[in-house]
Amino acid sequence: MRISRRILAGLATASLAVTATSCGGGGTSGSFDDTVTVGILHSLSGTMAISESTLVDTEKMAIEEINAAGGVKVGGKSYKIEYIVEDGASDWPTFAEKSKKLIDQDGVPVVFGGWTSASRKAMLPVYESKDAFLYYPIQYEAQECSNNIFYTGATPNQQSEPATDFMYKRSPAAGGDFFLVGSDYVFPRTSNTITKAQVKQLGGKVVGEDYLPLGNTEVAPIISKIKKALPDGGIIINTLNGDQNVAFFKQIQDAGITPSSGYYVMNYSIAEEEISTIGPEFLEGHYGAWNYMMSIDTPASKKFAASFKKRWGADRVVADPQESAYNMVYLWKQAVEDAGTFDDNAVREALVGQKFDAPQGPVEVMPNHHLSQTVRIGEINAEGGFTILEETGVVLPQAWNQKHPSSKGFACDWTDPSKGEKYKL
Amino acid sequence: MELLLDSLFNGVAIGSVLLVAALGLAIVFGLMGVINLAHGELMMLGAYTTYVTQLIFKLPILKPFYNSYIIVSIFLAFIVSGVVGILLEKTIIRKLYGSPLETLLATWGVSLILQQFVRSVPLAYGTGLIISLLIGLFLPTTFPSKIKESINFKYFKFSSWIFAALTGVLTGSVISSSVSKLSRASARNVDVTAPSWMRGQVEIIGTAFPKTRLMIIVITLISVIAITLFLNQSAWGMRIRAVTQNRQMSDCLGISTEKVDIITFGIGSGLAGVAGVAVSLLGSVGPNVGGNYIVGCFMVVVLGGVGNLLGTVLASFGIGIMTDLIGAGRLLSIWPDMPLPLSNTINFFATTSMARVMIFALIVIFLQFKPTGLFPQKGRMVEN
Repeated sequence: MRISRRILAGLATASLAVTATSCGGGGTSGSFDDTVTVGILHSLSGTMAISESTLVDTEKMAIEEINAAGGVKVGGKSYKIEYIVEDGASDWPTFAEKSKKLIDQDGVPVVFGGWTSASRKAMLPVYESKDAFLYYPIQYEAQECSNNIFYTGATPNQQSEPATDFMYKRSPAAGGDFFLVGSDYVFPRTSNTITKAQVKQLGGKVVGEDYLPLGNTEVAPIISKIKKALPDGGIIINTLNGDQNVAFFKQIQDAGITPSSGYYVMNYSIAEEEISTIGPEFLEGHYGAWNYMMSIDTPASKKFAASFKKRWGADRVVADPQESAYNMVYLWKQAVEDAGTFDDNAVREALVGQKFDAPQGPVEVMPNHHLSQTVRIGEINAEGGFTILEETGVVLPQAWNQKHPSSKGFACDWTDPSKGEKYKL
Repeated sequence: MELLLDSLFNGVAIGSVLLVAALGLAIVFGLMGVINLAHGELMMLGAYTTYVTQLIFKLPILKPFYNSYIIVSIFLAFIVSGVVGILLEKTIIRKLYGSPLETLLATWGVSLILQQFVRSVPLAYGTGLIISLLIGLFLPTTFPSKIKESINFKYFKFSSWIFAALTGVLTGSVISSSVSKLSRASARNVDVTAPSWMRGQVEIIGTAFPKTRLMIIVITLISVIAITLFLNQSAWGMRIRAVTQNRQMSDCLGISTEKVDIITFGIGSGLAGVAGVAVSLLGSVGPNVGGNYIVGCFMVVVLGGVGNLLGTVLASFGIGIMTDLIGAGRLLSIWPDMPLPLSNTINFFATTSMARVMIFALIVIFLQFKPTGLFPQKGRMVEN
């Protein structure tokens, strides 16, 4: 009796799986041949928890969507994705430790994780030594190209370079001088080195730069420097991190550094999530550059935002980092299905060239383990979103920046064994 | 002239943030000798009080008075942080007088607990909890002395705590049902928006000053004046000074040192709450907001000389003006054609990060020559 019931169940599953594949993967939730467990590693406590928990939410949503559509199909079997969420606790060594745990103890084929560059740098040696695979979803400073990391966020040439170009040529402050403000760590410093080189090429002038130590919110000296360097307005490039933006925008507005008096701030770390925290009244009229903005008026983008709100609450917003996190889960699924195995090396080969109709538009995995993406420039509006002003075509990622003096003329290609991490063009 | 005025104002503005933050610590650490690492978190409670007050003033009943919420929140923040401080003194610090290392560890633990508390407890119920603490601690003291001396006083005390708990739960639920933003726990940083009359700038003698900065300077000035008057003019102020100078002697002369300790610690903590209101005007309010200021506070108190308010005042304005001079590269604009090596050095230090390094280095050098700070305490206590 028991056995026959089991056989029946098996038959039912098999027939369902067949129906699923035949009608394009619709609604077979609850019947799978097997499960596969993936790792999710973000900070759920500490300073970064606010930002990183949104990625966990998005990744869970993507996994639920894939499961609802029949799971991952490998070798004729359908696998339900399960996940183990680990807390990186905003502490970089913890990220490395939890990575080891996920790889060795839980044996996960892939880890989706990280936000800060510091956490990625801490995890990198772990994945390289164990030849495991990390998917990293944040726009970052590049200048790195690991065979064991897949980067779905923007590289500087997919964010800051088009943005600087826009500010110097087509913004209301076009032709004006630049002032660079950032938090004191690797991303702002690298990003600003690239911006300085680019402004020089464009024929513009950088009249000052300053970095605020992380945790410090005293921006009075920076404001007096901006006023001295740009007495009649100009362009400010802002790479401050998290809460420091709140202090910065509150205080520059009080000091009269506003769009109406000729100061325009281009931001690289302020997305919809941050706008709602800082308050649109402080940001209105300033700019942002991203690959994805919630206001993109396409069915894919609207569906993404709507499902996120439906899953996590109507007051939630989606932003660029979340979109990258969403894409990477789907790209992993496609690569695994193409490879026909969960084995890392096969998946890595199958990954390059994967295309996906992301909420931002089509993306494709390049041989340097980064994504080709669309870049958008938006003006922050009173409703707390972006009014999209410009949209580039698809921009190819540069793992090694072509404007940064230390990496000019280099590229990365993991499909060709003779080229690898860094080769001369 | 304009440059000098601007520079002086900036220095005073930076200094007054340091001063208002360090004032409470100057009392707790300076007068009582308690190393309170939870001082920053008491500031954070003050900042969250401002946020809660702001939201409550957005309710229809209080809407007409919205513009004055910041003034109200100064008093509320003083009370909230003061009550938490008193509770802290009664339960933990009292048992650890005379053992600085244990106090340091215990208060550090408290700071972590407070940080996690605001992350994981909805602010509405946090407010309720504070209200029950307030009632539970102070209701018994208002009973007539006949009851206080009766043998059954502990039952009265117990029932007043029950009453307090009920009121707390009630207010918590009322707030949570009327202000939806306060009904869920969140680790997300929140934002205090200054009322419209405090936004923008005001022009004095041709130079524009941000109004929020002026407001902070005013809050600081009032706090300093009030605390100086209290310490020097009131009876309790005299008792506090007496206990600071010689605890045993004061005890023998009939001063209740236990009460003095509670009051001193309560006032110090309350001032931290006021500082929280001030910093909430500058940046965002989050669980870590206090931690950003704690090092600066200790720096000011140590530089000023332990146990001396005048030293604290001078030290904070000194650090403020130096930060502005170095960090904004002012010397270059005062003396534009100085020799190249000198101007290069100044440019090198003219970033916020390097200015901080420079300030710390200067303080270390200064303390080599005057290890007890600007105004060392003189007298018998120091010698033994």
